[in-house]
Amino acid sequence: MTTTLVAPPETREPAPPQPQRRRQRPVGGVVGSAALWVYAIGALVPLLLMVSNSLRSTPSLYSEPLSGPWPPNVDSYRRAWTDGHFGEYFLSSLLVTTGAVLLSTAVATMAAYGLARSRSRILSVIESVFLSGLLLPIHLAVLPIFYLMDGMGLVDSRWGLMLVYAAAGVPFSIFVLTTFFRQLPPELEEAARIDGATTWQMFVRIMLPLVRPAVATVVVFRFVPIWNDFLFPLVLLRSREKYTVPVGLTSFFGEYSTDWSSLFAGLVIATVPLIVLFLVATRQIVAGLTAGMSK
Amino acid sequence: MSRRSGLLFVAPALLLFGVFVLYPMVSALSYAFFTWHGTTRGVFVGLSNFGVLFTQEPFREQLPRAFGHNVAFFVGTMVIQNTLGLGIAVLLHRRARTRRLLQTLYAMPYLVSPIVIGYLWTLLLSPTFGPVNALLRTVGLESLAVPWLGDPSTALWVVVLVSAWQWVGFPVLLYGAALGGVPEELSEAARVDGASHWQTFRSITLPLLVPAIGTVSVLTFIFAMEAFALPYALGGSTGNPAGATDFMSLLFYRTAFENGSTNAIGSSSAIATLLFAVIFGGAVLATRVLRRAENRIGA
Repeated sequence: MTTTLVAPPETREPAPPQPQRRRQRPVGGVVGSAALWVYAIGALVPLLLMVSNSLRSTPSLYSEPLSGPWPPNVDSYRRAWTDGHFGEYFLSSLLVTTGAVLLSTAVATMAAYGLARSRSRILSVIESVFLSGLLLPIHLAVLPIFYLMDGMGLVDSRWGLMLVYAAAGVPFSIFVLTTFFRQLPPELEEAARIDGATTWQMFVRIMLPLVRPAVATVVVFRFVPIWNDFLFPLVLLRSREKYTVPVGLTSFFGEYSTDWSSLFAGLVIATVPLIVLFLVATRQIVAGLTAGMSK
Repeated sequence: MSRRSGLLFVAPALLLFGVFVLYPMVSALSYAFFTWHGTTRGVFVGLSNFGVLFTQEPFREQLPRAFGHNVAFFVGTMVIQNTLGLGIAVLLHRRARTRRLLQTLYAMPYLVSPIVIGYLWTLLLSPTFGPVNALLRTVGLESLAVPWLGDPSTALWVVVLVSAWQWVGFPVLLYGAALGGVPEELSEAARVDGASHWQTFRSITLPLLVPAIGTVSVLTFIFAMEAFALPYALGGSTGNPAGATDFMSLLFYRTAFENGSTNAIGSSSAIATLLFAVIFGGAVLATRVLRRAENRIGA
């Protein structure tokens, strides 16, 4: 159930400067290299099979399980997208995920600025409350969240789902952004203050442009777990036209269980936004994943 | 910045987090101590909802079984991450040119939703057209071409292996970062003194990796106790076949939303509270043991 990609604090510490020294030979030599590439193939082949099988017809999947997608056949995608309602699921997921990421990043950026630039006792208490949320297993609170939503008339509403995700993203976003704001020199704002800028103007005009890289990291790292989450839409959504992709997949797998090539196409559709995100934001992802690694 | 404007900046985030995370989280813990009639809260009953979990069916049979599966899932994942994951990280270390690329490739499976991964493997392992069994037959391992997910004796291990396959890139990254922090001078000195590669690794590198191993263990523990989407995709909400892939969160989900009992909220909240206590207790205990191990090495 842990779909959160929270990088633990250890990986975020800056690497200590290391003295120049002679290059060390890698462990394992050529055999080691070969093993690493073989494992890379093992990590990717199931995903490539998913794409390749989605481009084949169901009868050929049955008669030749080990064959390739030649000539490619995109009929399965048409069936999944229109007959299988993936068009609707996809739109729902896109709305909920984008809305939640925007809302939580917006409120977290403001809060992180306030926390980073204030020395008041009450704000440091509030900061520790936010940070405690990093390890809260929020999925265990699904029942009270359900009844809270029920009381607000937000069951079977994409707005409700969006609000839950936005709130769940607050601790991680604040954690990353506060660290980043604290690294910016306060002299920047002092100069602006002398010129008569208000706190809000300093935040919008001076600080926001400077924290763009951290905001990009937060957006990318929150998008993935929200897009992938399954329990909350399963519990909070009722009508099919509002389903997000993961819940849509379960009903699709029930109805189309014999149309194998469309099933593969559905899986690819569910994964495409992550691949696009991966291609667009490789820099942020790799920086986030490998932050703090030496060299 | 003044305290007043600081609070104004923090207020929207605090409101959102307080209403939709903190408040439900706190009330989740209180739900378990009341009796419920549908959605109406009845009287305070102390621990009786917990008693029911251990004395009445279906919980008396299903709860220990599901918990056992969570534990097996944790142990299995730990073993794979600390052998395969650590091994890959050691091999990757000092391969500056290909490391980023390979780490990125290993990370691909865990960007994909566990529900997609689960359904993908049900298709790949299908006894009728699955390429896995077709491959086994082609290379002459006919006897291994069995319905992996249909047999109660193998299904749980399929869940463990699929999950380990999906997540192994994560310990590779963490161990990679930790290996980067091990001073080369230490192992060089040991090598000069005639220690073998293996001896150097065992007595120098491994002890310095203890904090990273601890982080991986705690995160894996929390992850294993919460497992939901992957087992749901592989075995449905009842943990097919025959409850062989049932997990605590599946039992919780069934009790809360698929069970007609009037006290569904009471019993399911008791399960959630129990699970929360296990996760919290386990994490605290692991951190303690870890700190002691670190101190021993430091001394």
